Amino acid sequence: MSATLAAPSECSPARGVNRAGKYLTFHLGREEFAIQVLKVREIMGIQDITAVPQTPECVKGVINLRGKVIPVVDLRLKFGLPELEYSQRTCIIVVQVHGAGAPMLMGIVVDGVSEVLNLVAADIEDTPDFGRDVSMPYLLGMAKVKGKVKILLDIDQILSSQGLLSGLESVLQ
Amino acid sequence: MSDTRTPQEWSEGLGRSIDSLAMRILMEDDERSSKDAALCGGGPAAVAEILTTIRQQAEAAGCEQTAAAAGSLLGALTEAAGQPDFGAWLSEGVLHLQANLEAESNGEPAGSPVQTGALTPDGPITAHASLAQDPDLIADFVLEAAEHLSSVEAHMLAIEQDPANLEPLHSAFRGFHTIKGLAGFLELGEIQDVAHEIEAVLDRARTGQLAISPEVVDIVLAGADHLRLALDDVDKALRGEQSGAAGDHRPLIRRIRGLLGAEPDTPPPPEGDRSTEPVGEPHAGPFAPDMEDPGRTEPENSRPTSRAAAESATVSGSAGTSPASRAVASAVKVDTAKLDHLVDMVGEMVIAQSLLRHDPDLAALRVPRIQRTLSQLSRITTDVRRTAMSMRMVPIDSLFRRISRLVRDLSRKAGKHVDLILSGEETELDRNIVEELADPLMHMVRNALDHGLEPPEERKAAGKSPLGRLALSAHHQSGLIVIELADDGRGLDRDRIVAKARQKGLVDGAESLGDNEVFNLIFEPGFSTAEIVTEVSGRGVGMDVVKRNIAKLRGRVDIRSAKGKGATFVIKLPLTLAIIDALVVGVGKERYILPVSAVHEMLRPEGDAVFTVENRAEVVMVRGNLLPMVRLHRRFRIAPRSEDPAQSLLIVSESMGKRFCLMVDELIGKQEVVIKSLGETLKNIRGIAGGAILGDGHVGLILDVDGVFGAAVDA
Repeated sequence: MSATLAAPSECSPARGVNRAGKYLTFHLGREEFAIQVLKVREIMGIQDITAVPQTPECVKGVINLRGKVIPVVDLRLKFGLPELEYSQRTCIIVVQVHGAGAPMLMGIVVDGVSEVLNLVAADIEDTPDFGRDVSMPYLLGMAKVKGKVKILLDIDQILSSQGLLSGLESVLQ
Repeated sequence: MSDTRTPQEWSEGLGRSIDSLAMRILMEDDERSSKDAALCGGGPAAVAEILTTIRQQAEAAGCEQTAAAAGSLLGALTEAAGQPDFGAWLSEGVLHLQANLEAESNGEPAGSPVQTGALTPDGPITAHASLAQDPDLIADFVLEAAEHLSSVEAHMLAIEQDPANLEPLHSAFRGFHTIKGLAGFLELGEIQDVAHEIEAVLDRARTGQLAISPEVVDIVLAGADHLRLALDDVDKALRGEQSGAAGDHRPLIRRIRGLLGAEPDTPPPPEGDRSTEPVGEPHAGPFAPDMEDPGRTEPENSRPTSRAAAESATVSGSAGTSPASRAVASAVKVDTAKLDHLVDMVGEMVIAQSLLRHDPDLAALRVPRIQRTLSQLSRITTDVRRTAMSMRMVPIDSLFRRISRLVRDLSRKAGKHVDLILSGEETELDRNIVEELADPLMHMVRNALDHGLEPPEERKAAGKSPLGRLALSAHHQSGLIVIELADDGRGLDRDRIVAKARQKGLVDGAESLGDNEVFNLIFEPGFSTAEIVTEVSGRGVGMDVVKRNIAKLRGRVDIRSAKGKGATFVIKLPLTLAIIDALVVGVGKERYILPVSAVHEMLRPEGDAVFTVENRAEVVMVRGNLLPMVRLHRRFRIAPRSEDPAQSLLIVSESMGKRFCLMVDELIGKQEVVIKSLGETLKNIRGIAGGAILGDGHVGLILDVDGVFGAAVDA
């Protein structure tokens, strides 16, 4: 669990001015999330995922992306939301994240993709402090757009081996 | 002159003519064999014609020196044409023409007028200065030279074996000659000097003035080593890193010269002063080694010596070129990442093609034309796939060459006489494997030499030939590559290994152990550390590392040995790391891939063949043997089609030398799959070695047998 505690300080540099830019927004349940467009490689409809045993529940398995095998993570399960049956709207967003050393491709399963937004620094606020019990290491901030709140995600942080591993530990415990 | 062309235009035309002559010589250089050397440049008649044109153009352009040079070349042509080294003479002449033209068009005083038979090439340095700075050229040179060096090594070892065979000598000579030439071109003075000295040694050996002795081979190999270090330096400098590993080359050169000087059957240099030595005759004979760097500015007369001598060497060198050694040159270097991508894409193409071929709508059309096109497409895809896969394959001989060098060095150091027999050098395997195999194989060879083979006296005492035999062979066998390393030394002492293992607590009741199990003990980590191992078996120093490295390549090592008669290590490896022959098995809704190499047999058990042990573990009776059984579905926590072993399939496999059964629902098929990594996040999952794309485009997971069994035992 030390990884989770150390994480907020690690991602604090990301809270600078560089948060402005284009974001892809998607939703999980009633919550709207956004990730930097630069991280997104492609968006595809849901397809058959080969389950991988002994992985955290949120790791749905692997898919074949034009000859490459890439892991797929269900973001709903990762965030502890209730599981939802996949539908026509369900998407896999293929993102490029920093692996250990080399960039790697991963897929994230979301309920549906909304739009691409151009966010300026003024739209973005730091994540409020939810108190000691709520640790949210992978939030870049919150954006207010047309009266709605979009949660900006640090996708590198979420999908890093350590981020997934913290889930794995809890599975093993 | 009635011609209206300006001197400038004439000059350009002249340059072109000379270049075309040079091209002509260059192009034919490779094709030439000793017989038709005289036909170089299209034969004396054609050359004469071109030279006449050149002279005319030079006169018209006002390049007097060039005109004079062409004239004198022309004059000497008939005389030189009869000589076997006409080609070298001619290229030298053309070089000189180019130099003259260069100098004159730059308005500088030209080199000395050409003399018949004594060509003094000069001047191209300025022209090459820009090339010498080109990092790409230098990088290419480093690569090429390294290749030459490694083949030179093999040639030298062959010479030592069979001094009467001159072919390897010629080849080695050519290697150094090429390095020298390129190094000169790129102004790498030190490399050029060293290569030149070695070339001199080899040249004498070729012409029979120097007997091939181990010292000669030593010195040539030392030279090759030095060049390799120097090349490393160049490479490092290119990448802006610290360099200097090669050190001073002067001691080496002195050593070479000492060797040449000490050789009694060498005729004394024709004249005291090398700079006045007649250099034009192609067979200038023993040219004294010189320390000068021909690439630098120096007194003019001192240079031709080495150059002309070198040129004469080229001719005799290329004259001996066999077609086989030339064929090697036609290769392209490709980034492995590109190759991998190609293989990925070809794999996808095969899948797309197969989907198309089995598409029910298309099949329902029943149009013969479509069917024909589809089967044509399938043939092409298969071919493309095979080609793409074969592109990763390289012959194993580069590795064998390194081994023979190692054996030579070690045996001399240890005072043991070893006859290394290589076979199957042309066997091809994945280049990654070749690289990964180098360390373990060298280690095994070192072990065999250090501990396996006895010193000559001991061998005599044991009634063996004092010449130890070490055989290294490679061949393909049912989709695997088999590498055998056999020595006729002491062999492994079974009893002492068992005693040692018992002492270490590795085994308890050793009586039940088979030979293979006993010999495999030397691969145990505990066995490798102590010196006792060396006493016990003569093997085992770091053998666990060998085993691990080979296992990493999905291969295995077996040992056959008889005490006092020697030991044979058999390494079996897949041909490539990228593709495996695999069984696709189904468990519930999932499909898993099992490497065929991991499967011993498959069976459907009788209902009464399965027993539970304390209700926790299960064993199966397979032809009289009790084997532990692992249910894959329990292991992976998935719902099976059937819990009843009699309705399932048992796969007998082996993990860490122990057999066990893996229970799956059914066998779906057998296919070749391209192994893919699951990526950083999922790489450490026990029981899963990777993924592969199945025929329908879905991903299947490759089982890691050790992981599955090991984890099951832990649980």
